[in-house]
Amino acid sequence: MPDREIPAREVIQYDVVIVGAGPAGLACAIRLKQLKPELTVAVIEKSSEIGAHILSGAVIEPGPLDELLPGWRDKPPPICVAADKDELWFLSKTGARRLPTPPQMHNKGNFIVSLGALCAWLAPQAEVLEVDIFPGYAAAEIRYGEDGGVKGVIIGDMGVDKEGNPKDSYVEGIEIHAAITVLAEGCRGHLTKRLIQKFKLNADSQPQTYGIGMKELWRVESGKCRPGLVQHTIGWPLDSAVYGGSFMYHLDKDRVAVGFVAGLDYADPEFRPFEAFQQFKHHPKFRDLFEGGEILSSGARAIVEGGYQALPKTEMPGAILIGDAAGILNVPKIKGTHQAIRSGMLAAEHLAQNSAHNLQSAGFDAKLRASPVMSELRKVRNIRPGFYKGLWRGLVTAAIETVTLGKLPRTLPLHADDTAYGLLGEYESPDRGWLERELPPRDRLASVYFAATEHDEDQPVHLHILEPDVCTSRCTEEYGNPCTRFCPAAVYEMVEDQGDDGRGRHLQINAANCVHCKTCDIKDPYQIIDWVTPEGGAGPNYQNL
Amino acid sequence: MKILVGIKRVVDYNVRIRVRPDGSGVDTDGVKMSINPFDEIALEEALRIKEAGNAEEVILVSIGGEACQQQLRTGLAMGADRAIQVQADSHIQPLTAARALLKVVEKEEPGLVILGKQAIDDDNNQTGQMLAALWNRPQATFASKLQLDGDKATVTREVDGGLETIEIDLPAVVTTDLRLNQPRFVKLPDIMKAKRKPLDTISLEELGVSPENDIKIGQHEPPPQRSRGIMVEDAAQLLKELRNRGLI
Amino acid sequence: MSTNDKHVLVIAEHDGQSLNASTARTVHCASRIEGEVHVAVLGKDIDSVAEEAAKIEGVNKVIAVSGDHLADPLAANLAPEIASLAEDYSHVLGPSTTFGKDVMPRVAALLGVNQVSDIMSVEGERQFKRPIYAGNAIVDVTVPDGVKVVATARAASWSQAEAGGSAEIEKRSATTEPPGHTRFVGLKAGGGERPDLQSAPRVVSGGRALGSSENFELVFKLADKLGAAVGASRAAVDAGYVPNDMQVGQTGKIISPELYMAFGISGAIQHITGIKDAGTIVAINKDPEAPIFEIADIGLVGDLFSIIPEIEEQL
Repeated sequence: MPDREIPAREVIQYDVVIVGAGPAGLACAIRLKQLKPELTVAVIEKSSEIGAHILSGAVIEPGPLDELLPGWRDKPPPICVAADKDELWFLSKTGARRLPTPPQMHNKGNFIVSLGALCAWLAPQAEVLEVDIFPGYAAAEIRYGEDGGVKGVIIGDMGVDKEGNPKDSYVEGIEIHAAITVLAEGCRGHLTKRLIQKFKLNADSQPQTYGIGMKELWRVESGKCRPGLVQHTIGWPLDSAVYGGSFMYHLDKDRVAVGFVAGLDYADPEFRPFEAFQQFKHHPKFRDLFEGGEILSSGARAIVEGGYQALPKTEMPGAILIGDAAGILNVPKIKGTHQAIRSGMLAAEHLAQNSAHNLQSAGFDAKLRASPVMSELRKVRNIRPGFYKGLWRGLVTAAIETVTLGKLPRTLPLHADDTAYGLLGEYESPDRGWLERELPPRDRLASVYFAATEHDEDQPVHLHILEPDVCTSRCTEEYGNPCTRFCPAAVYEMVEDQGDDGRGRHLQINAANCVHCKTCDIKDPYQIIDWVTPEGGAGPNYQNL
Repeated sequence: MKILVGIKRVVDYNVRIRVRPDGSGVDTDGVKMSINPFDEIALEEALRIKEAGNAEEVILVSIGGEACQQQLRTGLAMGADRAIQVQADSHIQPLTAARALLKVVEKEEPGLVILGKQAIDDDNNQTGQMLAALWNRPQATFASKLQLDGDKATVTREVDGGLETIEIDLPAVVTTDLRLNQPRFVKLPDIMKAKRKPLDTISLEELGVSPENDIKIGQHEPPPQRSRGIMVEDAAQLLKELRNRGLI
Repeated sequence: MSTNDKHVLVIAEHDGQSLNASTARTVHCASRIEGEVHVAVLGKDIDSVAEEAAKIEGVNKVIAVSGDHLADPLAANLAPEIASLAEDYSHVLGPSTTFGKDVMPRVAALLGVNQVSDIMSVEGERQFKRPIYAGNAIVDVTVPDGVKVVATARAASWSQAEAGGSAEIEKRSATTEPPGHTRFVGLKAGGGERPDLQSAPRVVSGGRALGSSENFELVFKLADKLGAAVGASRAAVDAGYVPNDMQVGQTGKIISPELYMAFGISGAIQHITGIKDAGTIVAINKDPEAPIFEIADIGLVGDLFSIIPEIEEQL
């Protein structure tokens, strides 16, 4: 995508500007101020409130948090339950067998949290240190300097109508310039995507791969919740060709966080990840947990899985990548928060070596690769790709790699998700043994209701289809328009107009439903869907996810 | 002239409302709070009047705990000149709010008071009218258009029957309806500027106001669930059913 | 009458010629509270309106207060007069229409009391249920003893009291003077022949199943036959069949008509949010599994393209 010529706007200046108020971004901001309080630091965040776009399991390892905020356990975030028991289950359609808990899934000493609530708890601690945090502002574009390096970001205009014209409420987005721009956008950040292309940061890396994570927070009937219980399942409702499984994390106050991950390298063009999630809740072993309960909140987010092999170069002139924007989640542990915090702190420590007028991105990448962040990824690098040959081979590879601590002299290559599809009609969808289901939410539209996602409908559509003709021709024939199935929010629909003045068969984009998960940007087979930021403040309003 | 704008900190309109299982109230634990949407419209109108040169100062008032300072700062970032927080520890009912606002009005002597027509939490739709009564001045509720003309104003109001126009002498109270305007977004640098604008705190007691004749709030429950009704076979049966129920 | 008498005063809403239906609803609500129900009709030439009020079932007396300055529905002029009448009553009720919402709180403030807005049900002499958070929660409230009850009755919760009464009419002259600072200029009735979607008692809605803007004409024709307003689901609006000010639902209009007829609308929760307070919901849809049937009072599975003409024919 070529860089647009954007005329200059009002500029404010900071030493460091951080894009994204997730765990990496906030940890970086806090650490920077701890080490060099005289640096001016801003964090910009597209959600209307810190945590509103954050969705994660999550069972976190507290180590990096202990380093960042030594006293945090005395004033913990609002949702924080000590993990107490681990269970891994293998499911068949009707049965469930307990498997031995692998070492990566031993969670003693870890905490079940709401990552969104944790970020909302971190933000004021950053503000106390005089970090300026600006929720409700989307970094829409990069501002490049004359030397071609990153000079800062351009905030998106607000109050623009569907055709791109200013409304009554129009406000032009300002520019924030900084010596260093830290990209902490999380998985498949849109600015990160462009920077990787522009600076060829992935020239020496394998293709990045992803999963889709969907989650619901439930209030279950009294007595059913066992606070501290951490459960994972594999097997049904997935067939052995699709990587993934479920999680159930039991919190306090009768709340259970339930979710489902499916690797986006699935080949079946007809596969429906959201449906798989809903099927899981109906498994005879776990169904009772949800009967009589109510959904409090729900949502979805893509998960970065490529790890060691896919990590791009994380530095470029004027900018660095941290957290899952870089891609450091540990897949077998299903944990990325501790890595995110570590990378944020590392970035801060690297930058703080120099004074304000001499901040350098150069050298960060080497530091990251030499750090525990990378060694942790290296250890598990072969586990996820081991599943390319199916569930059973994957489990065997995982066992071998675990026992040998990842020291075998081999690194399995990765394959891109968007090219993994089999052709419609050629790929045989297996009978996965899915059932009639009754538990809420009845469908994606009902699920989206609990994400409380909101976009002013009178604004430019933020999902750009770069070659729209493909949708009604090639894509229909070859893959049957999988976007209508992989989007967890039913944004994409193929509709048929009957009228003479109608458009016949066409792709309808219900942009207002979007929960900013980025799955479409990843899994569209032609890579013609380009997700960009909508107006700042728009998107989900996740509560405690 | 000065314009006084009242704003209230309420649960954000996007939040999915849930009644606490014990019925003691609505679950507001950790939920997002915002300026009441109708109050934002009120502030926007005041700012436009000032920008048109018809007012020199826009003053914000909010009655509540320390947390409502967050909303006052947002209002200052939108462009208000200064803010007053009337410190009140518990939930204030409209009559008390009106009495407190009257005290502020008596001190500040604004030419116009603009309030949102109702708060989206209590949905009372009373405070503006009550203030006007206690102040002995005109009220123009559900305004969808406001035109100033010296010491008078012409207000178009959204009423059930259509659009009603009245003329009022200033000073007066106007309450806003949805279609009055679309509030501006805050420009990021203005957030920084707002931190330096004056925000004063005064307690309800210092104003000489205390809650009286408060309505007692009892149990809360979720709305009745609609359920499946009857199925009919064809248009004839449908019409028969509707006629029986007196609906057509 | 002494101030200890527990009687309810209902403030009538009218246009100078006839009563607004809201008055009969408010009387219904008032009749659930112990004591007599008296209706106050304030205005300039109000004899016919007073007679109409006297015929409402449950009304014991009509007080017709006439005054030139009471001709227009100005709260500043009406409230002091109502407040003075209210001295003799334990309860003063108005309708929860824009008229009642405008004047009653001013009355309450003049009487030094809070108001109970939008009564949904009467639980006791001074105990009521009302909606908060846009109807997402219902709260039970009680006005303390010795405190006058000033309230508005929520229209959608009260059917109209029947006609059939014959109350006495007492004529009085206004005792208060208008403050003079508020003047009525005019009323422009809602544009167009069709009723306004937001407040219409009957609404007919169409969904994407209509298939085109031409086909939507079917819905418009039916609406005209029924004297109803026309609404649409978001899907129909997104498809361009109708303009977006016709959208009913979470991000469109939230309405509470007495009768809501949905043609070819599946009933996604976002749409249901817009109609959850409707009186009677009728759903016509080809798909028997459509979620709308789970909440519709009357459901008909069938093809709207044949059913709509059939309904029109038989009306």
